[in-house]
Amino acid sequence: MDVNEKQTSRREVLRLVGRVGVLGCLASLAGMLTGRLRGGCIEAGPACKGCPDQDGCDLVTPPTVWQLDPAKCTNCGQCATDCVLAQSAVRCFHTHALCGHCKLCFGYFEPGARVLSSAAENQLCPTGAIQRRFVEDPYYAYTIEKDLCIGCSKCVHGCSMFGNGSLYLQVDHELCKNCNECSIARRCPANAFERVPVSEAYLLKGQGEEEGN
Amino acid sequence: MIRFPKPDFESGYVLPETQTVAARAAGWECFDVVLLALALGLGTWLVLKHRRRGGIVALMLGCLAYFGFWREGCVCPVGSIQNVAQALGDSGYGVPLVVLLFFLLPLLTALFFGRTFCAGICPLGAIQDIVIVKPVRLPAWLRHALGVIPTLYLGVALLLAYAGAGYLVCRYDPFVGLFRLSATLPMLIFGGGLLLLGTVVARPYCRFLCPYGVLLGWASACSWKRVTVTPNDCVQCRLCETACPFDAIRVPSPERESEARWSRVRRMGLYLVLLPALVLAGGWTGARLMRELAAVDPRVELVAELDAEALGVKAESGSRSEAFRAAGMSEAEARAEADAVELRLHRAGLGFGGFIGLAVGLQLAGLAIGRRRVDYEPDRQHCLACGRCFAYCPREQQRRKQGSTTEDTEDTEGTRRLLCNMMRAVGTREGRS
Repeated sequence: MDVNEKQTSRREVLRLVGRVGVLGCLASLAGMLTGRLRGGCIEAGPACKGCPDQDGCDLVTPPTVWQLDPAKCTNCGQCATDCVLAQSAVRCFHTHALCGHCKLCFGYFEPGARVLSSAAENQLCPTGAIQRRFVEDPYYAYTIEKDLCIGCSKCVHGCSMFGNGSLYLQVDHELCKNCNECSIARRCPANAFERVPVSEAYLLKGQGEEEGN
Repeated sequence: MIRFPKPDFESGYVLPETQTVAARAAGWECFDVVLLALALGLGTWLVLKHRRRGGIVALMLGCLAYFGFWREGCVCPVGSIQNVAQALGDSGYGVPLVVLLFFLLPLLTALFFGRTFCAGICPLGAIQDIVIVKPVRLPAWLRHALGVIPTLYLGVALLLAYAGAGYLVCRYDPFVGLFRLSATLPMLIFGGGLLLLGTVVARPYCRFLCPYGVLLGWASACSWKRVTVTPNDCVQCRLCETACPFDAIRVPSPERESEARWSRVRRMGLYLVLLPALVLAGGWTGARLMRELAAVDPRVELVAELDAEALGVKAESGSRSEAFRAAGMSEAEARAEADAVELRLHRAGLGFGGFIGLAVGLQLAGLAIGRRRVDYEPDRQHCLACGRCFAYCPREQQRRKQGSTTEDTEDTEGTRRLLCNMMRAVGTREGRS
């Protein structure tokens, strides 16, 4: 019995040592990671003085969501199929302020379309997700039926090749499951995907320019 | 590029805003953390104090519904290990506090109260737990051999995340596709296959793959409180012997040791001498393995694509090299970046292989340690705290009848009677089969 008790107590002590060790590891890990400031700074220090971003710095990183940088996107069309969802969370977005409201829209019409009408054979979009509406001569407005868009980027390609690039792809948070590792981001040939703080959930084209004007 | 200037509308046309649907608000993420903490607390109380399987099942189903089917996956504690590893490796990536808490809370619970998270909160565990039909006992050698896989998987996953080469665990998460009701065919087959296997081999993912389970096991091995089969003292009735579908109940060591003490010591000595060789072999293999695995990194993939094009192996340029050219980055830059990635992976592979060699060696040496056990008790490391064994224990039945814990009652007569009844029941069941 004596031997038994001695063994138990020895095991208990080992366990206590282990527990304290693991606790120490976790605590130092947590300290290291929460002490990290946003924007690639490792920790707060003397260098923070005079840093222009100091006020915007959070001690902890806020929750993030996935967005794609429209400036990097090459419209390769892989977004439509690389998402883990059957219907890709990437869809076409339209910044109307950048749109030329062209009569001949390269994002809307099939190249070489004989008649500029909304007949199905003239449309580039395979699902007919873009609506064309007359505004005033010679301008037309183009709006996107989000539920029909499959993110194939055909219109985006046309608009950025020959137009203003007001049509672009973006992650729609209505669909996005915010996977820990975005399946499209991993395969994106342009590495255009990034995590953005949830407070600024959309990277839309023409956001910065409006303020300048 | 603005090719066509914005028209000046005369008809008073107002430009519509870009339609956006708001993302799930940050408040919900905090709610998830609070819910996780509450579930962990409740689970711990159910496992350690209340001791009823029914309560644990209810908690499990609730968590499966919320964390699994409602929230549809991310972020889960299993995947969060990679965010932590990436944050350690890449100073440009900050791990969100929510993710860090998802990583820490279950580990802290395991450190003090055992693997409550596995028992009732983890949706991956829950979906496997509900499909258990007729669990078979696996031979010890198979359990030990398969038990090395999670450590390996953990090592590889941490390594890749540390090097910024992607999240392996998330990519091969077998059940998240089921939660989202949207998965690729291979993953559907993998997940479905695991569930099918799970009908006879209980919780195969948890026991033989889950990398987070390794960490939880280590924490749980030195836990403060722990799950016990019996509420007070073990009467050695053997009734719980077959209760555990995960083979996590350890039986008392035999009166006479099967192996002489001296031979055990010699075996231990041999393993300890073998340890450096194992570490070296592991390091070499790890470094080789990493050289192959580096090919999945996008930066390395790009250089491989460029090489293939330069050699004329591939006729048309791939999408990656096309995007690279569009970005206007120089080839030397891309190569330097890929080389840096490869070097980092090579070094990490060396360290990781050494770690695996050490882990295997220490596990072998651990098998040679003689532990004297007098009672039936759950294995600290491998017990998933599911609570199935509680009802098998006659002392537990007695406790439930009396409606309170009987720490100091000496109702041996009652125990004996109950024991006899249960033994008879088991006897007739065995006789029939």
